Amino acid sequence: MGGLGLFRTPGQALLTLLLLGLALVLVSTLALWALGADWRVVYENLRYFLLGRLPVGETWRAWLLLLLGAGLFLLVLGRLGAIALGPIRPLSGPLLLALSLAALLVLLPVPVNVLSGLLLSLVLSLAAMVLAFPLGLLLALARQSRIPLLRVLALVYIETVRGVPLISVLFLAFVTLPLFLPEGFRPSQFARALAGFVLFTTAYLAENVRGGLQAIPRGQVEAALSLGLSPTQTTLYVVLPQALRSVIPAIVGQFISLFKDTSLVAVIGMLDLLGMAQAILANPKYLHLEREVYAFVALLYLFCSGLFSYLGRVVERALGLGVR
Amino acid sequence: MRFAPRPAEILLQALVLGAVVGVLLFFLHTARERMAAQGIPFSFAFLAQEAGFSLSEGLTYAPGEGLRPYTPSDTYWQAFLAGFLNTLRVAVAGLVLATLLGFAIGAARLSRNPLARGLGFLYVELVRNTPLLLQLFVWYFAVLLKLPPVEGALRFLGIWLSQRGLFLPWIEATPKAYGFLLLLLGTALAVWGLRRYLWAKVLLPLVLLAGLLFLWPPFNFLLPERTAFGVRGGLEVSPEFTALLFGLTVYTAAFIAEVVRGALLSIPRGQWEAARALGLDERTVLRVVILPQAVRIALPPLINQYLNLTKNSSLAVAVAYPDLFSVYNTIANQSGRALEGVLIVMAVYLSISLGISALVNAYNRRVILRWGV
Amino acid sequence: MALRLVWIVMVFLLGLGALAQGSRLDVVKERGRLICGVNAKLPGFGFLDEKTGKYAGFDIDFCKAVAAALFNDPNKVEYVPLDARVRFQAVQNGEVDVAFRNTTVTSSRDGAAGVDFLPVTFYDGQGVMVKKGRAKTLRELEGATFCTTQGTTNEKNISDYIRARRWANTRVLTFEDGQKVMNAFLEGRCDAFTADKSQLIGYKGTTSNPEALEVLRETISKEPLAGMVRENDSRWRDALAWIIYATIQAEEYGITSKNLSQFLKSDSPEIRRFLGLEGTLGKDLGLPQDFAQRILGAVGNYGEIYDRYFGPKSSFAIPRFGTLNALQRQGGLMYSPPFR
Repeated sequence: MGGLGLFRTPGQALLTLLLLGLALVLVSTLALWALGADWRVVYENLRYFLLGRLPVGETWRAWLLLLLGAGLFLLVLGRLGAIALGPIRPLSGPLLLALSLAALLVLLPVPVNVLSGLLLSLVLSLAAMVLAFPLGLLLALARQSRIPLLRVLALVYIETVRGVPLISVLFLAFVTLPLFLPEGFRPSQFARALAGFVLFTTAYLAENVRGGLQAIPRGQVEAALSLGLSPTQTTLYVVLPQALRSVIPAIVGQFISLFKDTSLVAVIGMLDLLGMAQAILANPKYLHLEREVYAFVALLYLFCSGLFSYLGRVVERALGLGVR
Repeated sequence: MRFAPRPAEILLQALVLGAVVGVLLFFLHTARERMAAQGIPFSFAFLAQEAGFSLSEGLTYAPGEGLRPYTPSDTYWQAFLAGFLNTLRVAVAGLVLATLLGFAIGAARLSRNPLARGLGFLYVELVRNTPLLLQLFVWYFAVLLKLPPVEGALRFLGIWLSQRGLFLPWIEATPKAYGFLLLLLGTALAVWGLRRYLWAKVLLPLVLLAGLLFLWPPFNFLLPERTAFGVRGGLEVSPEFTALLFGLTVYTAAFIAEVVRGALLSIPRGQWEAARALGLDERTVLRVVILPQAVRIALPPLINQYLNLTKNSSLAVAVAYPDLFSVYNTIANQSGRALEGVLIVMAVYLSISLGISALVNAYNRRVILRWGV
Repeated sequence: MALRLVWIVMVFLLGLGALAQGSRLDVVKERGRLICGVNAKLPGFGFLDEKTGKYAGFDIDFCKAVAAALFNDPNKVEYVPLDARVRFQAVQNGEVDVAFRNTTVTSSRDGAAGVDFLPVTFYDGQGVMVKKGRAKTLRELEGATFCTTQGTTNEKNISDYIRARRWANTRVLTFEDGQKVMNAFLEGRCDAFTADKSQLIGYKGTTSNPEALEVLRETISKEPLAGMVRENDSRWRDALAWIIYATIQAEEYGITSKNLSQFLKSDSPEIRRFLGLEGTLGKDLGLPQDFAQRILGAVGNYGEIYDRYFGPKSSFAIPRFGTLNALQRQGGLMYSPPFR
């Protein structure tokens, strides 16, 4: 086998040469374009892309949120035992709550109509995930329940939501939700979009968690029951912890696709990262600069998705998952 | 575990049922009241009204006329149907192309050639980690609309390619086409049936020739032609359709590639080794041992990807392709029937999804019966 | 603690308005801020001013006029950008107090969309824009591809137009929003862009080379544009209607933001009544007594608003004299019922 096996047989060699040519053409085209492109549009609007219409005086909120987020992540890792927390270990529980509360307090004073750009994409996907997670868990348990009615209702909900496109769920929430609410309830655009994403993500999360629940051998449940644990205790202390551990990769994947899916709010006129890109392209100054803007936005999405899957892998490793 | 109802569980069920029904009734009641208060009570009667708007492309069904292009004087339900057929068209084309590309990328990712592996990896990561909507915009605005204008269209073999779309020479059946096909079929049968008789060998060609002359021309050739504005005639593939098709294909292929890779990797190495030890060559091992098993594993997730592709085609509105959801958008606005419309759209997608799921389940049961788990 | 937090979040998310009792007028006054639905992407009527980061435009100025009349501060407005496809729902649901969003008054919208229209602020008509040299008149466009915006009256008007003439091979391509239409039109995907003429002129003015485009002379429809409020709230509708009339009445009197101080010294009972120096006109409408003064101070009269965005000095001039948008005495339709 010659070196990397690139030229082992004539066929392989031919393939290698073809692919090499393809790669060279791609790389050189991209590089030539990137060098000649007009990146001013990105440079001049960087703030709009990232923070949207957040007033300049409020930039500190974004930084603080980032800091709090990092703190929260480290604390979670600490509680999972991946890093040593040292003396603050006993305090980690209250600290976790305090940091979450602080993040909310930092975010709440920002009017929802001002939330836009990447900030909106992030806040929307995180909020939807946080709300959908407990609901998805309950739904998964209901789906596995021995009570037929719960099982059927959960099944109907999950299959209905998974059977229709996200954008129709989003429209249902966005356009027609106010019809279902009594007079005087005026959910903001943000709240309606959030409702749509929560409805949607819950069903998918429930299926992910169900996968984990099914993977728990029956013997464990029987063992726990025979040890005198009640069915509720068995679920809480034996089944769920294991099931959740095993589905963390799936949940991370779900979150990444949720993050990408928030771009659909651009279709209903909200200014998330993609919507903001279009609003910027609407400025006559930047006519014909679609390629630059879309390339930059794609890179931002790539970066964020990459970051999330990296963080997900860190958690997995902390839990000792994926070790073969 | 068989279900033995306990009083507490019966009570729980009653409570849950009561709560669910109550909440649903509350929502329905509010919606009815509010819609009535707004002067637009819930009703599907609008479907029979004239739509009055145009669609850039799409066939619909008209009683007595069969399938024909949609026109603004058609009704709302015919507009919905046109949108639905457009959805089917892009979904079917998309799943064929996505399968081909997906298998190629999946194979590349398992190739022994590191370059192929690397490129495959890049493709999958790049495509899976950016939103489909963004990719659609890129295909439409940054690629297809940057093709040469009609004046400078690329032409070869009667094909026109420009930013107005791809125009191919095409054939159109005349009323004689059915007779023509029947004649060919009949002659073929007769030749086979009467092959022992000498007279048939003389007579049949004569009959055929006479018939052909009588029924000529069975097809009209449609050649694209330059008009004052753009190109017309032949088979038209619009840039909107192409953008959506490319977007869906490239996006779904990345997921299919992962399905294929996962399925091939899930076959234990021992199987390869055992088959090789039996003296089979690589290609035969793959064809006889590995693929039959891999396909069985890959089929359910593959179908799932096909369903995703169909559901994702609802993003067509972003590139001005009149699919079911885009038509709904227009109808909701022109008729004010946002709720009724979205229910129709969801029902259509849901029946596609559930129908296909039922098929897959039936298939799985058969496989399990035959092969065991 | 956790429960309280959940509550705070829920209240924040729902953006709970006061449970609607009585008129929206009282709700808005209590809130101290107007929630105004606008178009955020339409040159001339409503757009994000890149220099200030704030919304500006003809429609936006009417939001400001209302805020000025109610709160004596044109900036007490929260703008909600509305897509053409969700604008009626937003008004029906009360998500916005009022929408000034280049919306055409039509019988079916008034009758079936659950909204009431305010006085017309701009008389428009649907036109067609082409690249110069493509066509001189609309009749030459048989066989062309028209691009327009989804969910607008324009979409149906152009279909009617094509159908009435039995044009063959003529296409209509609809996009989500005007900006995408313009983009596709400039790239060459379509031969013609059809929309309200003011919009076409607006879009034309934003290109690097407006001379290369031409808005054809013909008008294929009537498009009277007006603000809208939710149906059956006459107190709120009345207040808004007279705020709009006040801008027109001021122009009829010749009162502008600049000469307002001189008119305050006027002896004419008519003008003193209009400016709130006498009588109870404002109070009777549920508005502050001096609402006309406040409006004039903040955005000026109708003519000033018009000239700010469409006047000869603006980036896309739309001549006014002799058109429907001129004052009635100059041959137009702009006319205020008497303030008395």
